[in-house]
Amino acid sequence: MTAAILHALASHWWRNPLQLITLLAGLTLATALWSGVQAINAEARASYDAAAATLGEGQFLQLAPRDGAVIDHATYVALRRAGWLVSPVIEGRLGQVRLVGLEPLTAPGGIGPVDPQGGADLGRFLAGEGQIFARAETLVQLPTTGAQHVENPDVAPNTAITDIGLAQRILGRGDEIDQLILSPDQPLNRRPLEEVAPDLMQIAPQDGSDVARLTDSFHLNLTAFGLLSFAVGLFIVHGAIGLAFEQRRSVVRTLRALGAPLARLIALMAVELGLLALMAGGIGVALGYVMAAALMPDVAASLRGLYGADVSGQLTLRPAWWLSGFAIALGGTAVAAGGALWSLARMPLLAGGQAWAAGMSRRWTVQAALSLTLLVLSGAFVIWGKGLLAGFGMLGALLVGGALALPPLLVALIAAVATRAKTPVPQWFWADTRQQVPGLSLALMALLLAMAANVGVSTMVSSFRLTFTGFLDQRLASELYVTAADSAQADAILAVASSQADAVLPLMNVDRTIAALPAQIYAARDHATYRDNWRFLRSVPDVWQRLAQGEGVLINEQLFRRAKLDLGSPVRLGTGITLPVLGVYGDYGNPLGQVIVTESLFRSLFPDVIALRFGLRVDPDQIEALRINLREMAGVAESAMIDQASIKALSLSVFERTFAVTAALNVLTLAVAGFAILMSLLTLAAMRLPQLAPVWALGLTRRGLAVMDLLRAVVLALLTAVMALPLGLALAWALLAVVNVEAFGWRLPMYFFPLDYLRLVGLALMAAAFAAAWPAWRLSRIPPAQLLGVFRHER
Amino acid sequence: MLLKLSAVRKAYEGTATPVLNGVSFDLEQGQMLALTGESGSGKSTLLHLIGGLDTADSGAIEINGKDITPLDDAGRAVLRRGTVGVIFQQFNLIPSLTVAANIAFQARLANRHQPERDRELARRLGLMDHLKKYPEQLSGGQQQRVAIARTLSPQPDLVLADEPTGNLDEATADTVLAMLQELVAETGAGLIMVTHSERLAARLPRRLHLQSGKLV
Repeated sequence: MTAAILHALASHWWRNPLQLITLLAGLTLATALWSGVQAINAEARASYDAAAATLGEGQFLQLAPRDGAVIDHATYVALRRAGWLVSPVIEGRLGQVRLVGLEPLTAPGGIGPVDPQGGADLGRFLAGEGQIFARAETLVQLPTTGAQHVENPDVAPNTAITDIGLAQRILGRGDEIDQLILSPDQPLNRRPLEEVAPDLMQIAPQDGSDVARLTDSFHLNLTAFGLLSFAVGLFIVHGAIGLAFEQRRSVVRTLRALGAPLARLIALMAVELGLLALMAGGIGVALGYVMAAALMPDVAASLRGLYGADVSGQLTLRPAWWLSGFAIALGGTAVAAGGALWSLARMPLLAGGQAWAAGMSRRWTVQAALSLTLLVLSGAFVIWGKGLLAGFGMLGALLVGGALALPPLLVALIAAVATRAKTPVPQWFWADTRQQVPGLSLALMALLLAMAANVGVSTMVSSFRLTFTGFLDQRLASELYVTAADSAQADAILAVASSQADAVLPLMNVDRTIAALPAQIYAARDHATYRDNWRFLRSVPDVWQRLAQGEGVLINEQLFRRAKLDLGSPVRLGTGITLPVLGVYGDYGNPLGQVIVTESLFRSLFPDVIALRFGLRVDPDQIEALRINLREMAGVAESAMIDQASIKALSLSVFERTFAVTAALNVLTLAVAGFAILMSLLTLAAMRLPQLAPVWALGLTRRGLAVMDLLRAVVLALLTAVMALPLGLALAWALLAVVNVEAFGWRLPMYFFPLDYLRLVGLALMAAAFAAAWPAWRLSRIPPAQLLGVFRHER
Repeated sequence: MLLKLSAVRKAYEGTATPVLNGVSFDLEQGQMLALTGESGSGKSTLLHLIGGLDTADSGAIEINGKDITPLDDAGRAVLRRGTVGVIFQQFNLIPSLTVAANIAFQARLANRHQPERDRELARRLGLMDHLKKYPEQLSGGQQQRVAIARTLSPQPDLVLADEPTGNLDEATADTVLAMLQELVAETGAGLIMVTHSERLAARLPRRLHLQSGKLV
């Protein structure tokens, strides 16, 4: 019996391959978009974890200097003698590579690949020229040091690990130590830390590294986009399953009338869908892998540019994300099919056939009410919500609410237009268009979501670009930026620049914790460059004058929002020095808090910090001459000098790559929506014959009907696009004013880009026309016998 | 006794008058009867109750001595699979299955499939040239013959035909009914045929007439 029922159920797909393709393609695309994004996130997180594991940040307590300086060798020895089981670590950069020096004999087990219990060759690691462990792609970037290069895929990307002695020698840092890792088993009788090393403090192990926390919002954004794409795909699946179930409704009734038990029927349909979901999930995961592999280099560049996070540009097949791909394919199918199965289970055996379209139209009222509820909920999130999750909750409610509102609005709008039609053909056209809305509603909702996402995200990106460009003009006012190799060269640069540049602006900063948050303190020389170019989000009167007099500090927007520091709020810069906030400035793209103090105050607070970077104000025509003189007279390498235009170009390229992934997902989502329309139209084509045949019989040509079908698709897409615009702009506002503030700590002004929107509407219309072209062409060539068959079947 | 109905009553929600009001009759093995009556007299409802497609409010319906009224949905499904075969006016073929698969379908459900019998039925009903076709490629008369073959393939004890020729022209209806009678007679099954047509009803040996939910 089971075989007979399965045969009957499966034969539906055999006879309706297009429907099967729609279902599989929708689910495949949805899974591909979702699992692709998950693959990217998993790869990035694995990189963060590898980086954290290198220094045991996620596992072991550490000792670090309170003032951010270095630990001297004597302190290390004193701690060991006092009974503290600590292991020294040093790190620095060799070009693009982060070099980490460890002491393998004292390092707690499991730190990086140099685990004495893991069979590492300690003899070779410590003796002779030593060994450096890194990934293959990192090793090729290392300069020749004489040490043996050992390939190890477990080391974090762009990181190399070696013995601390070798690292100190390569980095030229003598006996310096950056931090000490504490072994988990410390003797109880050791002397207190305050007694042995009062300048050191304990740092607790973190759940993931700092960079992982910093990039959380980036990945949350990606995940949200993946989820949106998945939702769009789910609309297709929902539509395909809905239509398939509707078409099989009479078959199910017949099967039951012939004696097939309802429970077995439902179970077999669920199994059938499960198998299809697994098949589509498999293809989707494979496609997602390809997509993620293609996007990974751009994501890696974005994370490096935005957060300084080293992420591998290559993709590894990880069980977590491909399993999640299968899970979401099965879950998505269950969600899409749940309603249909429930409705079949409750379908009376003898009830008359209920047309799908009629069933849908009865839902409009409920749908409109649900939409209104979600939109109100979205508003409630704006007013009372707190945190990034509330931001995404608001976005979700806004988008789903907006999408659900579309069909009832379309029906109402078409009904209003129809009343103005006077002649029979337009009257029929509008009436028929209204009748098509239920069948096309899911595809149109998918188009609405895709367009709204495009409008929203492109508005956000373009607003960001405009703001960022203006911001770069403010912040990169100096014509030439020079970095000295050491203090002697810094003096030589000053000597050359003082005679040939209009102004020399030293750039000095230190990393500190401000208001319990990681931050940087910068020095600003009292100069017109700052006064004339910088714009404040809020400031006290005479802000520059008061800053120059050392009466306060400036902070960036990130610190203002995260630490809730407003004008006048005290900022503790060090022992005994607390100054009020005088101004808050925009600092787009910086993940950290920032404090600016006057140069003299900075020098008094941090006398050890020497200015090695300088901004030089010079007549643009004189830049080249100054470069030559700096090279010839101060020995500055060409790579240590960069002009304003180059920095801006570099910053903008980082910006563009950052949003390359978003743009790619945008295009993919729109493509999925276009595909949804095509598949819906093709599936509906056969169901529409009973509606078209009478009109044809009454005197309309097949070609005329085809043209009207094409026109109908364009009209519906146009109405959808018109409704997508306000939804997209609301989405942009939400991204800029809510999500961005929660995720990154800054708020961007919103700009409008009418030409972009017009282009997008044009694209949507083209996509709809393209999707409708094939079904229309098929209609124009349909044999009259097929249309006559409608009357034969109705006999 | 193949079928015995005792004081069967059925009313639909929202209607004051019951559609069947105390219907009682019986049918012997191999007996054929026509059930006539005006539209709304309760003919189809009676057929649905006997076929286990719907449930009576009161009374008893015994098939082969067993009362089917207390059966649950699963029990009624078992009844429909093997004991009772229903031929519908709208044919109710499975559009995605070929003619051959449609004929075999109910017998496969009942685990009584005999390919030779299917071939014999197809031959007798003139369907041999259409076995690989799909229902939409057949005429109404051909589709009804497929439905008859499907119902008779598992050799049910009782065949219920709900206006089986209602969608056919007179000549085709005569042919189809003749085939149905002949094949049912060969299996020794009972037959109850609902029809509007006095002419067709007259071709069966026994006739019952329903009026306002009662046999007259």
